[in-house]
Amino acid sequence: MFNIFLDDAAALVVVLPLLISAIIAFIPSKIWPWIISLVTLVLHLVLSLHLLKEISISGLIIYEFGNWEPPWGISFKIDGVNIGLQLLFSIFVLISTFYSRKIFLSEIDSRDSGKAYSLWLLAIGSLNGIILTNDIFNLFVFLEISALASISLIALGAGQNRKALLAAFNYLIIGAIGATFYVIGVGFAYAMTGTLNMNDLVIQLAQYSDGQLAIFAGMSFMLIGLMVKAAIFPVHIWLPPAYSYAPSAVSTLLAALATKTILYFFVRLLYEVFIIYPSYLSLFLDFVLYPLSLLAIFIGTLIAIYQDDIKKLLAFSSIAQIGYITLAFSLKDHSGITSGFIHIFNHALIKGGLFMAVGYFAILQKDRVTLTSLKGFGYKYPITSFALLICGLSLIGLPLTNGFISKLYLFQALYTNQMYFSIALVAISSALAVAYFWKIVEQMWFSEIKFKSEKEDAYIYLPIWIITVSVIVFGIYSSTIIEFSNLSADYLISGYQN
Amino acid sequence: MVGGLFIIITSQNYLKKVVGLAIFQTAVFVFFVSLAKVLDGTAPILTKMENAYSNPLPHVLILTAIVVGVATSALGLALVLQIYRNYETIEEKEIQSLELKSDK
Repeated sequence: MFNIFLDDAAALVVVLPLLISAIIAFIPSKIWPWIISLVTLVLHLVLSLHLLKEISISGLIIYEFGNWEPPWGISFKIDGVNIGLQLLFSIFVLISTFYSRKIFLSEIDSRDSGKAYSLWLLAIGSLNGIILTNDIFNLFVFLEISALASISLIALGAGQNRKALLAAFNYLIIGAIGATFYVIGVGFAYAMTGTLNMNDLVIQLAQYSDGQLAIFAGMSFMLIGLMVKAAIFPVHIWLPPAYSYAPSAVSTLLAALATKTILYFFVRLLYEVFIIYPSYLSLFLDFVLYPLSLLAIFIGTLIAIYQDDIKKLLAFSSIAQIGYITLAFSLKDHSGITSGFIHIFNHALIKGGLFMAVGYFAILQKDRVTLTSLKGFGYKYPITSFALLICGLSLIGLPLTNGFISKLYLFQALYTNQMYFSIALVAISSALAVAYFWKIVEQMWFSEIKFKSEKEDAYIYLPIWIITVSVIVFGIYSSTIIEFSNLSADYLISGYQN
Repeated sequence: MVGGLFIIITSQNYLKKVVGLAIFQTAVFVFFVSLAKVLDGTAPILTKMENAYSNPLPHVLILTAIVVGVATSALGLALVLQIYRNYETIEEKEIQSLELKSDK
């Protein structure tokens, strides 16, 4: 009986959250939507683990929807590139859902709980679809479902601060322009090749080996559209307000996973499909992505230093961290791609942990968390504050945390490519990251006022500490993440050689 | 296409931005459908005569994209309505000046 489900695991990880989300929207209870979501996501994790087992045996799963063979039907592809991300995704959504209940209860009307979790699962299902899909038009659909679900979730923050509405609206407009650009690109690609399947696209594109203007136009449109969605530097403006005015639980989910999944697809498109035009690819990577990443790292960090609102500070630091990831991916070799994937994993954990801790502070003081309001929190709420400290140190890249592993591999990759200028810039911006994080630490532990410690909620600090412990564990025993990232890079690079 | 984008960028009114977005998206849909046309093609229905027929796939894709577009417009309009209820205006400049005041 159960085997029937396991056979379709690849489809079910996406379909299950989407189906359940349609059902729980109508449950008026406060607690049942949360319980049902948790059960769904436990099943989701089981299915992901099953996929991992299958992949370790066969190395590749292509799931054909309705048994329509690709390139005619839509297919999902799971291989070494995305299995690591799938696992991380599955584990993280489970933890953040566990965390989200108390946060949602205090930030939104409890009668809306069912609807909020419905949107929550909708976002999870569609983001998972982005990880697995092997069809460029199908990606657009998932991209839009996830965008609409997250926009609605962000707008739920309006109960706290009406600016959330403006943030959501801006995200809607900018995101929809990005997605439409992507569709224009898909149109060009389809007109030239007559296919939407990514594997088939590579084969069909190969016949235009000299390159046609229409294809390059299409590729550029697709890449620009995805850059908007992934918040790569000059088109990132929707991100900081959206993350900082969203309800805290939502910021956690979005900051940790939403941009990461799109970045993953971006890289896959670059190294799996567009690699057959090496000259175009290196033009894009060297003269567009590489300088933009450096700018993102530098400007993101600088703006973060001048932020007073902690969630906004974290959002701008996200811009800088996305810059590190794209910098690594712009290196065109195995070490670069590996370090990019390592940072995707590590940054998802770090930012998730930070947003969780800050979100808890926000509901404790029932106001937005600013620098001054954090005074003495290190003594008032020691358990959560300590978790925040560890995640923050990891963000800077201190040894024994997973942030250090990311930085180490990034430096190695840059060194083998002899990019000494970028090494200097990354080092400087890491030092600047100390500046903005130190401001927080100073307020929390070294202010004049001393507080007695107060009771903290175990339902909330437990998930925060699970993330924090994993930050340390993956900093010391980093081999798991490095292996998964190596695997991803191996698969992408082997496609490059064929 | 460009017209829609122009409206989104230049107009100060949030409602007009949503409309601009809809125009922009519709233009892309028309572009897609125009790709499907095969010269002298007919509708893709099996008949006894051998006919060249237009490619139905882009139409199907665009059906999906239209649904997405409708959802986007609906959510955009709902947000505009909520913004109006909270700020009593949907002009970008007025809202910005309101926000500046409330920050002080």
